[in-house]
Amino acid sequence: MKSWIAFWNILLKDMRNYYLKPPNISWGLVFPVAWTLMFFLKSQTPVNVRELLPGVISLSILFGTTSVLAVTLTFERRSRSFERLLLAPLDLNFLMLAKTSGAILFGMVNAFVPVLFASLMTSLSGLQWIPMLGAIFLIAVTSTLLGLFIAVSVKEVFEAQTFSNFFRFPMIFLCGLFIPVQTLPLFLRPLSYILPLTYGADILKFSINQNGHLALSLNFVVLLGFATVLFALSIRNVKRKWIY
Amino acid sequence: MNIVEVDRLTKKYGDLTAVDQVSFSVHEGEIFGFLGPNGAGKTTTINVLTGLARPTSGTAKVSRFDCAVEIKKAQQIMGIVPDESNLYEEFDGFENLCFCAALYGMKKNEREKKAKDLLEQFGLAEAGKKPFRAYSRGMKRKLTIAAGIIHDPRILFLDEPTTGIDVASARQIRQMIQNLNRSGTTIFLTTHYIEEAERLCDRIAFIVGGKIVRVGPLDELMREVQQENVLQLAFAEGISNLKSSLQQEFPDVVVEVSGNQAIRLRSSRPLNLTPLMRFFEERNLPVYEARIMRPSLEEVFVKITGIELERMKQEKEGKGKQ
Ligand SMILES: Nc1ncnc2c1ncn2[C@@H]1O[C@H](COP(=O)(O)OP(=O)(O)OP(=O)(O)O)[C@@H](O)[C@H]1O
Ligand SMILES: [Mg+2]
Repeated sequence: MKSWIAFWNILLKDMRNYYLKPPNISWGLVFPVAWTLMFFLKSQTPVNVRELLPGVISLSILFGTTSVLAVTLTFERRSRSFERLLLAPLDLNFLMLAKTSGAILFGMVNAFVPVLFASLMTSLSGLQWIPMLGAIFLIAVTSTLLGLFIAVSVKEVFEAQTFSNFFRFPMIFLCGLFIPVQTLPLFLRPLSYILPLTYGADILKFSINQNGHLALSLNFVVLLGFATVLFALSIRNVKRKWIY
Repeated sequence: MNIVEVDRLTKKYGDLTAVDQVSFSVHEGEIFGFLGPNGAGKTTTINVLTGLARPTSGTAKVSRFDCAVEIKKAQQIMGIVPDESNLYEEFDGFENLCFCAALYGMKKNEREKKAKDLLEQFGLAEAGKKPFRAYSRGMKRKLTIAAGIIHDPRILFLDEPTTGIDVASARQIRQMIQNLNRSGTTIFLTTHYIEEAERLCDRIAFIVGGKIVRVGPLDELMREVQQENVLQLAFAEGISNLKSSLQQEFPDVVVEVSGNQAIRLRSSRPLNLTPLMRFFEERNLPVYEARIMRPSLEEVFVKITGIELERMKQEKEGKGKQ
């Protein structure tokens, strides 16, 4: 019970201090809006909007979560206010869950910006909402944890930005968002399958257009696996690097 | 009972040994002072005790919990005020305090009431609505202390609480430390101000270059350099003509006239006051004041550590800490 009070207040604080601050809202929303406009306006027919939706949703989440978490964490480390959290009687796993939950929620909200745009341009009937929500959640979780992993590996805010771009841009091409994985050159395909976004995007394709190419259950299991491994790695790094 | 027990604690950063085989304990209810120059290892020791750093070897225990193993249990009873004021810049004073209380699981009405009380008590009631970033250095420091005690810790760690703070605020902070201690909180204080340690602490450890060179109760440390007892007596009228008869009457005491209306008596053994007083009474000379002269802690420190105090102070002030 006591821990949950702390959890809730850390989440609220991050929301108020970062995610709901005007510069960050725009920072977070600029990406999904830009992606949406860029892809949707180019496409001619309503069918194309639906085709593009899984990729645009994935990108919105990826860019929203990774930058925001990496930047806020490095910022709090620099101002040393993060030490307050480490000094509180909160289990480290629990604390890091509290810190990431805000970014996960933020990523999920970002996901709905393109959905909203798409609904204005085409009919979204026949959408499989349950797997779609599951995928949005798990993409947000894995991307946030990727951001956490980056935050633990860098010292400065600008490094966090650079380092996350190093991951993000290749993922646009490798994860089957707009170019199907099956059409990639053979030597690149193994890379696709070690990136969590490939599996999340596949669920989205299934839920929106019934054209995923991997088994749904496999996708979910792999995403959960990625989440667990990334979280464990990040915690290990927090212990090694932040508790000196 | 000991609330802190440190046994042969060593902390290395690469090749640098920041804390070297340090052993000491802190008794429940006392004000314990950790006194030493820059880079002595004071903050590092606090970091190990509070869970921000891991020991390289040796053990540190708070309330019987090993800080390397069960730190989360130990942290329940700790309040920590770091050497830098590190609250949230965007939050105002009230929100900062409430947030810190929430980290310890305090309920909403409970923490809001406590936050209001503390703001009041620290003279920050007005500033409570301003964002932390707009605070002066002294206000930041006071709010950081308030944040450290909002959950009523059993032991409070204060890392150089008065460094870089003006005289009035520093006095207020020292007063507050004493009040807190009177109400039962154990205080672990680091400082490089000797007068501060002397005024506040029950027991003191001198730390230099990562090693504790001496630890003990204040009066015991003082006694160590106090080879002789010095008593100063003040009178209403000149007494210089009494010197020789006084010396004759008390041959094993060295009599010195200090000014016209005061004398100093030095002795290697404790001075017996009764015959002295009788001596002056017989001559109809009322004694206005009798004072035992003690060496300052500064002298103790210099003597024990062989460190030039001035140099250490200058280094510190030049550094201009937050
Ligand atoms: N995280 C760290 N990494 C490497 N070296 C460190 C680290 N923290 C402290 N040190 C070194 O350990 C030594 C002890 O530092 P510490 O901060 O404990 O001293 P201090 O007594 O608190 O000094 P001050 O009065 O300046 O606060 C110093 O030489 C310092 O440079
Ligand atoms: Mg220090």
